[in-house]
Amino acid sequence: MATSSVSKGCFVFKPSAKKKKKTLSLESYFVQGCEDAESSEIRFRLCQELWDEIKTDTEVLQDELNRTILDSLLDFTRKCSSTRQNSDWTSQMRASEIPTAALMLGVNVPDHDMTFQSLSDMLKQSVSPHVASVQAKECGALKHLMKKVLERLMDTVVVVDDEDEEENVETSPRVHRSMHCSLGILCDWYTARTKKSPTGTPGKKRSSQVRDEQQQPPVVIIFKDLEAFNPRVLQDFILICSQYIDRLPLTFIFGIATSPSTIQHMLPHSVSSLLCIELFQSLSCTQHLATVIDKLILASRIHFKLNGKVMQVLIGVFLYHDFSVRNFIKGLQLALLEHFHSQPLSVLCCKKKQALFNVTQLSKPNLDRIRQLPSFKRYVEKQEAQEQVNLMTDDSHLKEVCQQLIKDLHKYHKNYYPILRCLHTLTSSLPRYPLGKQIRELYLICLAKNVWENEDYQSAMKLVKMLAKGEMVSLLQKCVEILQLSKSKKMKNALVQLEELLAKFKQLDTATEMTPTVEASIPSPIKNLQKKTDLFQLQKTLLEMNESRRAKRLSPFENLRNEALEFIDNLVKSHLSPPESQPLYEVCYYSSSATVRRHLNATPRTSIQAALSNPYYYLQNDSLKSEDGTVSNTAPDICIAYKLHLECGRLINLYDWLEAYSTVVSAAEGNDQDSENFGKVDEVKHARFIRAVSALEFLGFIKSTKQKTDHVARLTWGGC
Amino acid sequence: MGQPHQYSYPSIFIYGHRASGKSHVMHVLMKELELSHATVSCVECVSIALLFEQVLLSFFGCDAASLLPRSPSLSDFVRVYRQQCSQSPAKQTRYIVSAVEDNVTVILLSEIAWDKFRPNTGCFEPLLLHFPDYSKSELQQILSQNVHPSYSAGFYSAYINILLGVFYSVCRDLRELRHLAALNFSKFCEPLAEGKVKETDTHKLWKHIEPHLKKAMQTVYLREVSSLQWEQMQKEYDDVDLLHLFCLLKGLSAHTHVELPYYSKFLLIAAYLASYNPARTDKRFFLKHHGKIRKTNFLKKNEKTSNHLLGPKPFPLDRLLAIFYSVVDSRVAPTASIFSQISSLVTLQLLAQVSHDDQLDAPKYKCAVSLDFICAIARTVNFDIVKYLYDFL
Repeated sequence: MATSSVSKGCFVFKPSAKKKKKTLSLESYFVQGCEDAESSEIRFRLCQELWDEIKTDTEVLQDELNRTILDSLLDFTRKCSSTRQNSDWTSQMRASEIPTAALMLGVNVPDHDMTFQSLSDMLKQSVSPHVASVQAKECGALKHLMKKVLERLMDTVVVVDDEDEEENVETSPRVHRSMHCSLGILCDWYTARTKKSPTGTPGKKRSSQVRDEQQQPPVVIIFKDLEAFNPRVLQDFILICSQYIDRLPLTFIFGIATSPSTIQHMLPHSVSSLLCIELFQSLSCTQHLATVIDKLILASRIHFKLNGKVMQVLIGVFLYHDFSVRNFIKGLQLALLEHFHSQPLSVLCCKKKQALFNVTQLSKPNLDRIRQLPSFKRYVEKQEAQEQVNLMTDDSHLKEVCQQLIKDLHKYHKNYYPILRCLHTLTSSLPRYPLGKQIRELYLICLAKNVWENEDYQSAMKLVKMLAKGEMVSLLQKCVEILQLSKSKKMKNALVQLEELLAKFKQLDTATEMTPTVEASIPSPIKNLQKKTDLFQLQKTLLEMNESRRAKRLSPFENLRNEALEFIDNLVKSHLSPPESQPLYEVCYYSSSATVRRHLNATPRTSIQAALSNPYYYLQNDSLKSEDGTVSNTAPDICIAYKLHLECGRLINLYDWLEAYSTVVSAAEGNDQDSENFGKVDEVKHARFIRAVSALEFLGFIKSTKQKTDHVARLTWGGC
Repeated sequence: MGQPHQYSYPSIFIYGHRASGKSHVMHVLMKELELSHATVSCVECVSIALLFEQVLLSFFGCDAASLLPRSPSLSDFVRVYRQQCSQSPAKQTRYIVSAVEDNVTVILLSEIAWDKFRPNTGCFEPLLLHFPDYSKSELQQILSQNVHPSYSAGFYSAYINILLGVFYSVCRDLRELRHLAALNFSKFCEPLAEGKVKETDTHKLWKHIEPHLKKAMQTVYLREVSSLQWEQMQKEYDDVDLLHLFCLLKGLSAHTHVELPYYSKFLLIAAYLASYNPARTDKRFFLKHHGKIRKTNFLKKNEKTSNHLLGPKPFPLDRLLAIFYSVVDSRVAPTASIFSQISSLVTLQLLAQVSHDDQLDAPKYKCAVSLDFICAIARTVNFDIVKYLYDFL
């Protein structure tokens, strides 16, 4: 930026400089340590585009999922404010209850923020501008709770309404100045606001109904995490609020993580009798995850994929540890970043057109990388000799083949998911769920290996073979619906065939009326039976009878069912092969499950132990290198002390420990073994030892004990 | 209280149960005698300053209140009070205003007896006045005054009579009773509206309303069902359906099912076992080769009572984790998320931290869930918890 100033001076353009730096740093972080620096920019861009897409998708999804419950909540608040305004005999007589919505959200507390955010936004838009949400951790005492509620309520108005700004500017500083805020102040403020607002906005709201609501909009207070609140504070707050309820139309919304009975545990009857509680149950988090997986993972639209192990890690973290969908998506983001960061060929992981273009731009090292890919090697081995040579030497030929392979990969994905869904609909309702209840389980099976070689798959198919007609037809109908959504050619073919099958099933209905005669025409062997008395003969005929019955009993329906099954089986075999079988699958699939696990599921304890017993792992100093788990005597003091302490029992004699330590350290210093001073404890060694011991105590390996003098107790088991 | 010019008694303490008419009497009295007064609710006054401000505000308006400094002491209050220059009833005040040297009487209203409030430094004993609870007939008289405008007084008092017959044994709170009366009155009038019964036929009316009132006692009174839902149900369904509906409709306490992550369930189970089993018995339950130890062998004298009667005992974190690792069927790495699950269980109030928050070294916990709850949790992970409980050996 230029300045037309003649005089010398110092000009600061702070904001713009900062902005540039920030964007630069994001990308430079990405580029730093990247495998292939040339394409890193493109990869960074691709990565960001993909992430933005995933992010917006999840937000849309979240909104859709929460729609029903939020709508019913909005209805509730509206209803409450409207019933309060009519004054018939019963409502006069009733004790003034504060309408309260108990919102059950499940234990995944980190996910709740988004729900509450959208809830309060919607409330502000459609019901009332006066919405305040409070968290437990900012309200330790009643004073703080009151302060937060007042601040939020009065501040939000300043932001939301521009027309009443002057008035609010007057009131809000006063509140801030006077240190004690009470609901009385809020009450006055509220009456002032509600009286003024109809005159302030004369032209805007014409219809009388809107005007009515406008005059008495409820004041909504959202308690985000009810369990974490101090019960004492909550009780007092509710008591106070109930005293103002006739002047101030309050409504509470409690966010509850466990079960509604916590309300009764937290509040005594005298307080809970002041509330008029209604329950709202939100979608369970497993269902939430199922939809997220359905929309984000099982979609050919998003080209970045996770392989089976990474999926397993992410789902494991979800099911075993936190139930948090947000963390699942964060894990997805991590995998995405890692993939684009570490895999130079991820330039090809994008939309088809772009990918085909990127293939032509591939540099020489990247082409070599393609040749190194295990999946590509496998592909090459299958080709003829001349073709093999061509692929390994001719770059332009390789590019052409790659384009074809990328196309194939995209096609593979397009066919994969519809078939997966079909298989899921067929098997998800079978008894004992051989292929899992949720589609994610089936997906994991399919990712791991050829699904049709799986025992569970075969047993599932046997079970499908026993389905009744009605069930079969309805399941196939569902499959048809799934296939209708896909646009690829093969799927359209499959759809046509499946529809033909369905039509045949329906024809059966009319056909069955004629079939009974067929059964009668079978020559009955029972008549022959009477004549023969030989036991062997009898057995033989019985067996024959059995077999013939089994063979002949195949009604047209059963034939058709087998045909349908075969058709499905063929579809599965041709389209559900695991991604590893596809050449160039490494471009789209992220496979380093260890990295994801290390990042998401930190193990502080194991890393401390690794650091202590094998310091080379972290320090990377060659002198520390050692085999068979022994610690070299040049290792840091704490490692030596740790190693020595592993050899002890439950109680450790400090003096023996010190002696052993000083022997080891002396050896490291290269002192002569025979000299007088060898192994003697001098002040420096003593100090170093004490420092190491206290560090071990800090890390929780030992603690001081009173059982024996000069001893410390070990807190861990096992030795070396 | 004497004439306005006379010195009045420094403080009067009035106590009695909820809704026994204390405030009402005081209000009427103050109004009748035309005394200037201020009413202050002490729950609301979190600090002394707030109390002072409220008192001044109601006596002299906001000018005086704004004269108070930021953190006023008692003497500041007295100074401002003198400047402005009576009687002030304060409600549920604890100990604050006792040194105001003016013609001020503090009237304290409370639900708790004076003995609980008496400060240990000693103070001027107030005049004690007790408001006894209303008797049944008094309650009926009071309740009968709120007659519905479109019905006769006799009819309404008959209704109140029936209502009290059902509720008097569990609830004597006037406010609650009034609330319940209002909720159920429309149902009571239903046969009248349909023309089946006359107003005087109390017996039939009683038969009609009694099951409903009983149902109401179980649900609305305990706030299992909110009053709004109750009203809606009454409007929408007829008698038979209604009773069916209640069986279907789950109250608040019926929803006890909580979804937890897999390891959280096991952590909770381990916490429960640690809380209700004596630490000595851990060896017997969780070691493979524990030998045969009968229950009688390690029964101590005072342990004959069930641990479940004594309630949960605190246990250290180490023990919780040791039990957890032996209970859970797969190998679990001691990851950070295991530890964070423990603290999230604490925030969900399923576990309670016994030691102080600041104590990082060897924290102690208690399990805060019931046996039914833990059994339900254990069933979802196929864990037979009863087999591991010392009390059920």
